[in-house]
Amino acid sequence: MSKLDSKIPEGNLEQKWTKYKSSVALVNPSNKRNLEIIVVGSGLAGASAAASLAELGYKVKVFCYQDSARRAHSIAAQGGINAAKNYQNDGDSVYRLFYDTVKGGDYRAREANVYRLAEVSNNIIDQCVAQGVPLAREYGGMLSNRSFGGTQVQRTFYAAGQTGQQLLLGAYSALQRQIGLGTVDMFTRHEMLDIVKIDDKARGIIARDMVTGKLERHFGHAVLLCTGGYGNVFYLSTNAMGCNATAAWKAHKKGAFFGNPCFTQIHPTCVPVSGDHQSKLTLMSESLRNDGRIWVPKKQGDTRKGNEIPEEERDYYLERRYPAFGNLVPRDVASRAAKERCDEGYGVGASKMAVFLDFKAAIERFGKTQAKKMSIDNPSPQQIKEFGKQVIEEKYGNLFAMYEQITGENPYEVPMRIYPAVHYTMGGLWVDYNLMTTVQGLYCLGEANFSDHGANRLGASALMQGLADGYFVIPYTIGAYLSKEIAVKPIPTTHEAFAATEKEVQERIDKLFAIKGTKSVDHFHKKLGKIMWDKCGMAREEKGLREAIQEIRALREEFWKDLRVTGKPNEMNPELEKACRVADFLELGELMCMDALNRSESCGGHFRVESQTEEGEAKRNDDNFSYVATWENKGNNTYELHKEDLIFDVVHPSQRSYK
Amino acid sequence: MSHGNMNLTLKIWRQNSGSEPGQLVTYPVKDISPDMSFLEMFDVLNEQLVAKNESPIVFDHDCREGICGMCSMVINGRAHGPKTGITTCQLHMRSFKDGDTIVVEPWRAQAFPVIKDLTVDRSSFERIQAKGGFISVNTGTAQDANCLPIPKDDADASFNAAACIGCGACVATCKNASAMLFVAAKVSQFALLPQGKVEATTRVKNMVAQMDAEGFGSCTNTSACEVECPKGISLENIARMNREYLVANCVD
Repeated sequence: MSKLDSKIPEGNLEQKWTKYKSSVALVNPSNKRNLEIIVVGSGLAGASAAASLAELGYKVKVFCYQDSARRAHSIAAQGGINAAKNYQNDGDSVYRLFYDTVKGGDYRAREANVYRLAEVSNNIIDQCVAQGVPLAREYGGMLSNRSFGGTQVQRTFYAAGQTGQQLLLGAYSALQRQIGLGTVDMFTRHEMLDIVKIDDKARGIIARDMVTGKLERHFGHAVLLCTGGYGNVFYLSTNAMGCNATAAWKAHKKGAFFGNPCFTQIHPTCVPVSGDHQSKLTLMSESLRNDGRIWVPKKQGDTRKGNEIPEEERDYYLERRYPAFGNLVPRDVASRAAKERCDEGYGVGASKMAVFLDFKAAIERFGKTQAKKMSIDNPSPQQIKEFGKQVIEEKYGNLFAMYEQITGENPYEVPMRIYPAVHYTMGGLWVDYNLMTTVQGLYCLGEANFSDHGANRLGASALMQGLADGYFVIPYTIGAYLSKEIAVKPIPTTHEAFAATEKEVQERIDKLFAIKGTKSVDHFHKKLGKIMWDKCGMAREEKGLREAIQEIRALREEFWKDLRVTGKPNEMNPELEKACRVADFLELGELMCMDALNRSESCGGHFRVESQTEEGEAKRNDDNFSYVATWENKGNNTYELHKEDLIFDVVHPSQRSYK
Repeated sequence: MSHGNMNLTLKIWRQNSGSEPGQLVTYPVKDISPDMSFLEMFDVLNEQLVAKNESPIVFDHDCREGICGMCSMVINGRAHGPKTGITTCQLHMRSFKDGDTIVVEPWRAQAFPVIKDLTVDRSSFERIQAKGGFISVNTGTAQDANCLPIPKDDADASFNAAACIGCGACVATCKNASAMLFVAAKVSQFALLPQGKVEATTRVKNMVAQMDAEGFGSCTNTSACEVECPKGISLENIARMNREYLVANCVD
C-alpha cells in the first residue's frame, strides 16, 4: 500500500487546493529556463499544458502523431464543457458540480480531485473567452448554456456541435503562439514508443519520426503524457483511427501503475454499425437528448418505419423508467437501457440493434414558439414544421448533416437510429493529486489518467478535465517536483539509458517485421475488438471474462506468429504504426478483462451481470470495492493489484437513482 | 450485414517520396457496399494489397467524422470529392455508380509538397498560425467571461470563420494555390471579436507575410475555394481580411 500515496492535501475539502497553491514549492524564473519538459500528445490537455508551461518559462517539447497539433481527437468533442458559473441563476455552484460529478461517477472517484476540478472549471471558461473562442451567446451578448445528462442545472457552455473543435483551436492557438516565440519545439508526425528512465526517474522518450522512420532520443526533466484514452482496444469506437494506448502502455511497463482499466464509457447515442467494413463509429452528441426523445416500438420485431408507428404504440422507455431525468439520464444508464430493449427484441433498423432518437416533438414545439415570436396567429402545420426545423438546424445542424452523410437518411424527416458505442475510458494511468504517476517525473493528464470521473463520466466533463489539468493544475503541481530538480543539468542523449531504450524499441520493430506471417494488423485488431465488445462491453460476467482472457492470450500468440507487416521500418509506414499499437492493445485488453473480473460489483459503466438490483440497475458493493484498482506490471503479462481506498468525507455514497 | 455489389476501377497516385517521381496506378476493387465510406473502400483495397504482400497506399486520415481536417484527397479532380460541404472521410460510396472509374490524387501545391502517395506536408499552415493566429493572453490572466458582452451576430460570424478545419482544400482547389481563405478565416475570427482588436494590425500583416513567404499564390477572386470548402467558409472573410490588411498598412 505504501506504493500508492495519493498526496491529497490536509484540511477541509473546500480549502485543499487553495492551501496547496499557496504552499507548493516554486521554481524561480531563471531556473525555469533551464528545465525541459516533454509533452506527448497535443489535445486539450497536452496543448493547454504545453502552452501554459512555456508561458511560465519552461523549455517545452511537444510530440503528436498527426501532421498538426490541431488534429488531436479532442477536436471531435461535440456537445460542450461544464462549468459552475451559475450564469443561469438556477442554483448551480462549485459544490453542486463536484457532487454531480462524484455521483455521476458512481462514487469511484477521489473527492479532492473532483472538487479541484469543479473549482477551476470557471477559470477555464474565462480563459477560453479571452483567447477568442467563439462560444454560443444569447442576444444580450452573454454566454449561453444548455443541459447535459446527469444534472438538473444548465451549466454546459458550447459552440454549436463543435465545442471540442473550438476549445482545441483555442489551446492550439496558445501553443502556436509559444512555438512562434521559440519557447516550444513542436514535433508533428512523431510517435512516442518508450519512456527513458534514469535512476528511477523519467528523463526522456524514444520517438519515431513517422516520415523517415528514424528513432529519436529526447531528454526532459519531466515527461507529461497527454495521450488520450484507449477505446480503440475495441476496434470500433468513436475514437479517431490513430488513437492508441502505446505511450501509456509503455509507461505502464516501465513502472507506472494502471488505474481501473475496465472502466469504459459506452456512449448511448452513436450511429449504428452498418456492415463488416465499418472502421469507426460516429457519435451523435448527448446534447441531442435535450430535445430528442428516445423510443422503441411497443411491439417486438416491429418492421414498420419510425414515422408509420403511431404515438400510442411507442415506448419512450427512458421517460417511463426514469421520470425525474427522462432522456437526460447519465450515459451508462441510457446505454444499458438501449441494450436491454434491443436484447429483448424491440430494436429497430435492418440490424435490429438500434433505437430511435426522435425530434418530431421538438420541431413542433420550437416551431410553435417561433411562430408566436413572429406574431403568426394560426400557423399552418407546414409553417410550424419549417420554423421548427430552422431552430433545430441552428442548434444541431452539423450533427444532422453528419448523420445524413453516414446513413443516407434525413433526420429532419425520419427519426435517427442510434445505438451505444465505445466512447471514452475513465481508467488510465494512476496519478496522485499532483498528476504524477508512480514513476517519478512522469505525469499523466486528461483522458489518459484515471482520475476525476470514477466509473462513469458525465457529458461535457471531458473537455473540462483536459483543460483543467493542462491550464490550471499542472502549472502549479509540477513545481513540487521540478523545484527539486533545478540542479540537474540536461542529460545528454548519449547516456547509456537512452541507448539501451532505443535498442529495445528497435528490437521490437525488428521482431514485428521478422514474423513474416500471413494476416494483416487489422485482422487481429478486429478480432480483439469483437472479443472485448462481446465479453467486456456493456454487460460483463465471470464466465465471459474468463473466456475473453483465454481468447486474448491465444490471439496474442497468433499475432506474434502470423502477423504480416509490409514495407520497411525506415519509411513512412502506417502498417508498422498500427502493428506497434495493436501489439499493446493485445496486452491492455487482457488487463481490462482481469480488472473487470476482479471487480465483481457493478458501478457506473462497469456492469457485472451478477450484481444488479431487482430493477436491473447497477448494484455497487461499497464494503468490498470502494477502491481504485491499481495494477502493477510484473512483466510477461502478469500483474499485481494494489488498492487505493476511496474515502468519502463529504459526499455519502448512496444507490444512484435517476428515477 | 450489408454486402457490396459495386465494382470500381481506381486510378491512384503513387509516389514513394517527395524526391521521386510519381504516377497513377490502376487498381480494380470489387464488392464495394454503397454504405461504405470512401476511406473504408481504401481500407478494403489496402487489405487486398497487404494480402498480396504489396505496400498499401499511404493517405492521411484520423477522426473519420469530418472535423480533424487530416484527410485530403482530390477525387475526380475535386478536393474532397464530388459532393459539397463534406470532407473525404464523410464521402460515402453511394455517391458513385457500379462500374465507375475514380481518379484519386493528393493535394497539389508548391507549399504542400508530397511526402508519400496521397500524403502531403501542410506544415506551411502551422507556420502561418504561429505568426499571428492567436490572442496574446497568458493562462490565468482572464477576467470573468461575461464581463465582455459580445453581440450574438458577431459571435456567430466569428464562429462561422473559426469552423475552418485547416484541411487545405482551398489551396488544392485554387488554380493559383492561394491560401487566402484559410488565412482570412483565422484573421476574421479574431477581427470580429473585441478581444481580437488589440493585435489586429500586427496579426494580419504577419500572417499575410508568412503566407507569401511559404510560396502560396495570389488570390484572383475565382471563389473556387469557397465552393470546395467542406465547412462552407465564406468568401466574405477574404474581403474582410483585405480590409484589415489595408487598414493595417494605412496605420503605419
